[in-house]
Amino acid sequence: MRLPGDIDLRMAFAVFMRNATDYRRTWWLNILPNFFEPVLYLLGLGIGLGYYMREGLEGKDFIAWLAPGLMASAAMNGASFETTYNMFVRMTFAKLYDAYLATPAQIQDIAFGELLWAIVRAMMYGVVFLIVVSVMSLFGPPIVTSPWALLLPVMLALIGAMFALIGQLYTSCIRVIDLYSFYYTLWLTPLFLFSGIFYPVDRFAHGEQIAWFTPLYHAVRVCRGLSHGEVTTSMWGSVVWMLVSSVVLMRVVPWRLRRRFFR
Amino acid sequence: MTSRMADESGPAIEARGLTKRYGNRAAVDGVDFRIERGEFFGFLGPNGAGKSTTMRMIYRATPVDDGVLRVLGHEAIPQNDRAIKSRLGVVPQEYNLDERMTAREILEVFSRFYGLRGEARRTRISELLDFAELEDRKTSPVAELSGGLKRRVQIARGLLGVPDVLVLDEPTTGLDPRARRALWDKLIALGDRGTTIVLTTHYMDEAEKLCDRLVVMDEGKIVAEGTPAGLIADNVPPQVLEIVVPEAAERRRLHEHFGPVALARVELADRLLFYGTDGEALLRRLFELRDGTDARVRAANLEDVFLSLTGHGLS
Repeated sequence: MRLPGDIDLRMAFAVFMRNATDYRRTWWLNILPNFFEPVLYLLGLGIGLGYYMREGLEGKDFIAWLAPGLMASAAMNGASFETTYNMFVRMTFAKLYDAYLATPAQIQDIAFGELLWAIVRAMMYGVVFLIVVSVMSLFGPPIVTSPWALLLPVMLALIGAMFALIGQLYTSCIRVIDLYSFYYTLWLTPLFLFSGIFYPVDRFAHGEQIAWFTPLYHAVRVCRGLSHGEVTTSMWGSVVWMLVSSVVLMRVVPWRLRRRFFR
Repeated sequence: MTSRMADESGPAIEARGLTKRYGNRAAVDGVDFRIERGEFFGFLGPNGAGKSTTMRMIYRATPVDDGVLRVLGHEAIPQNDRAIKSRLGVVPQEYNLDERMTAREILEVFSRFYGLRGEARRTRISELLDFAELEDRKTSPVAELSGGLKRRVQIARGLLGVPDVLVLDEPTTGLDPRARRALWDKLIALGDRGTTIVLTTHYMDEAEKLCDRLVVMDEGKIVAEGTPAGLIADNVPPQVLEIVVPEAAERRRLHEHFGPVALARVELADRLLFYGTDGEALLRRLFELRDGTDARVRAANLEDVFLSLTGHGLS
């Protein structure tokens, strides 16, 4: 079966399954740190710092306000790691793409297979975190309070896709693995700090106008809106923002990769 | 044979004026060749001759800049890449295997690219593990395998789709002599089954032993073409006297002494080669001048062909 952009789904699935096969061996090495990270932030900041913020934020307990943003960032991190370091290693050191390309698979199939896998990774982290905070909600802070939250797994997939594609675009442009330090310290870390996960973006002048152009802001807004049942037009606007950027990147990434591999 | 029949009964691979440039340098510079179905065909040449680039154009890893290349009846253009690649098996020069996986896992992963499933997939994979004699190492991760065994895993992987043509880019480079011979046996067995095999090498003994026909490449061009025996017969006298002489004065003396007795001569960094129809006559001529402890007579081989055509060595 073919998708637009001449993507052969059978080939993409083969690439996906290669990653799944490899992952079976090391999942406990990979999944644990990524699982603990958002939970630690939730406990350390939500319960620790939250204790001193009795009045909460925007009418919510601080922990309830904080948790959905951490969920979005968990999905971001899961997808990003997969299409940065992991993809780079497969592509260059393991020369796996050359092996794929020697089969009937084309580069766009490979990119799509990698994308599907990164989405699964993003969902694993996001959904595990969602389960944790949902259980917490039963006993304490009202983090997940709305049936709209049933849409969260779908949104986590979209967030994963968007960040996976951004990671793929960066990976398609770099030649040395060391350049990821810039991606992490000057891209993902600022997104994590300034996208309205820990405090509203309008803390800084023009915060909202600037944040609107960045991806994690929209991811956080959607996760928060669905968790709390505050489903607004601007939240759907954020969904559209993520969809459009993902579709655009799905055309750009294979083109970039093809220029790199077919020359 | 009419041209309408070309797709089914035409050559396996055909190139005319095939060219690949990197910047100003032509890595492959207007080569012509024709590989028939069922043939064991070689590209012999030193590193940088353009062999790998030619292979990469055949297995569609790099675009053709100029000229025409037809693979199994399909012109080598992007629209045909999937169709071409589905009928090819590729064994690239570098090891590109998942080091943490076992041979069986690798074959399982790659079988999906060829639409193999269920019973057909299991049968094909056991056949290939059997053929590559990897059965007893099937639980070892590839990282623990020797170079020769890794190569066999790559060959098994290349054969998953039951290809019409198997392309191998320097398959024995870096292998010890025993592993090379073992690999040769596998390739000969494959050739006997009727698979078209295209191989590059810079080992003249390998080309001589394996290939039905071959081309000699140097600096992006094909300098000769034929059967191993035919190439030798056409290009060099049959016997060679090889003398190890590093000193320039002694070399001059030998050159003068052999004069017109040698039909051809080649000067290498550490050796002088004199060619003739009668090896014994060459040796006798040497003894007229000095002893022959650092000299030997042998039959001319493909390396001599290469030397005579290019004036430099293969390695």
